[in-house]
Amino acid sequence: MISIQHIHKNFGKLKVLEDFNLEFKSGKSYALMGPNGSGKTTLIKIILGMVIPTQGEVWVKDKPISQSESYRSLIGYMPQIGRYPENIKMKQLFAMMKDMRPTQKDYDEELIEAFGLNMIMDKAMHTLSGGTRQKVSAALAFLFRPEILILDEPTAGLDPISVEILKTKIMQTRESGKLVIITSHILSELEELTNHAIYIHEGKVVFNDSIAELKEITGKERFSAAIASLMEWSLKKNPDLKILNHA
Amino acid sequence: MLKLLKYALYDIIQSRFAILYTLFMLLVAIAVYQVSEDMSKVSLSLLNIMLMIVPLISAIFATTHFFNNLEFTELMLAQPVKRSHVFLSQIIAVVVVLSLALILGFGVPMLIWGSDMTVLTLLGIGISLSIVFASMAFLASVSTRDKAKAIGISLSIWIYFSLIYDGLVLYMIYSFADYPLEKVTLALTFLNPVDLGRIIMLMQLDISALMGYTGAFFADFFGNIKGIVISSGILILWMAIPAYFSMRRFAKKDF
Repeated sequence: MISIQHIHKNFGKLKVLEDFNLEFKSGKSYALMGPNGSGKTTLIKIILGMVIPTQGEVWVKDKPISQSESYRSLIGYMPQIGRYPENIKMKQLFAMMKDMRPTQKDYDEELIEAFGLNMIMDKAMHTLSGGTRQKVSAALAFLFRPEILILDEPTAGLDPISVEILKTKIMQTRESGKLVIITSHILSELEELTNHAIYIHEGKVVFNDSIAELKEITGKERFSAAIASLMEWSLKKNPDLKILNHA
Repeated sequence: MLKLLKYALYDIIQSRFAILYTLFMLLVAIAVYQVSEDMSKVSLSLLNIMLMIVPLISAIFATTHFFNNLEFTELMLAQPVKRSHVFLSQIIAVVVVLSLALILGFGVPMLIWGSDMTVLTLLGIGISLSIVFASMAFLASVSTRDKAKAIGISLSIWIYFSLIYDGLVLYMIYSFADYPLEKVTLALTFLNPVDLGRIIMLMQLDISALMGYTGAFFADFFGNIKGIVISSGILILWMAIPAYFSMRRFAKKDF
């Protein structure tokens, strides 16, 4: 579904991604992990076309993304921090987003109702709290029933009830055979929502395989313990790391 | 593209700035019309005010708008729309609002108290200068991540073209007074959009005789059709070149 090939990205002198290769297949759910500043958000923004890679190409459904913008209608994206035009009302925001994808008429408004956003549609965006913005971002990501869902720290800032609503929604979507990519630092959540782990360190893929495989390789029963030992290894720059890279 | 423009315009009109700018222009025009009956004196006074104010407001407004609207831009970039369309909708919205403010602010008094060719030329020059300075401000905005820095660059551009440039030209003419400088000063005029606007207007007002031999030379050049076509063409280059380069930078910018 998504194929990232030989991506290089520099911000000035800082090399964020270096000869980065990765495949995302439909029907799978991926946990994208790595310490802060490891290039997760940059990678997501490159897939979305918001950040332009210095070198390399991303292919979505066998088409290069630098050629046409139409692939973005396949993607539902929930940003880490949702930033929206301040002056407009929430209902105008939803109307505008629907207007941007005129061919997709089959809306999924389940989250709007579940989060109670339909009650506050007349509120201006600048009056909303951080958590409510996060709910708006989530509702927008699912609105068009996209084939690819990219969620950048989806539950950060949400209250426990909303977290459960969102998790249930993500699991439903996953079951329906769509591609889900999630970044998060909450490991229990990732274990619940995804079946495939990708660990990035300093712009390189350190681990890319199923969660079951991760537990086996590290010899740890619990997911969090397995990730912890993965982090330890990558921080020590262990030369044996290549063994893990067999996906 | 039209959809993007619609939402960009909707957002811009909601900001109080557009209304304040229009009212200010209206007030200036009404005041100037009250002072004199003579159309050419009216246009001359309006010209002097306009040549200072319009570039300044355009540059500052375009820069602040670009940064205040970054959320909208980021939101749109993740949608199935072309990057170039996102950029064009932003710059066109700014230009439309600036031009509308001028047309309403100067146009309403014109309708009431009458106008002639010179006042219409003035309006045209005002709109051209709005576009020139808006596109230079966009170039400054896409070249930096920092709002304060971008405003600083835009202000410097305005100070350079409105104040410093004339001083440099005068100094040069004074230093090389012994040489024939008509063609050089003509070329130097082309290198400053504000001067270009001023000269076109002065030629229209037929007061070039006040400017001595150089004035006569200018009148000769700008007075005929060829001169008008060339000077308008150069003014269009002043609009298009910065806009083109800012669009190219925007196409590669990271958000």
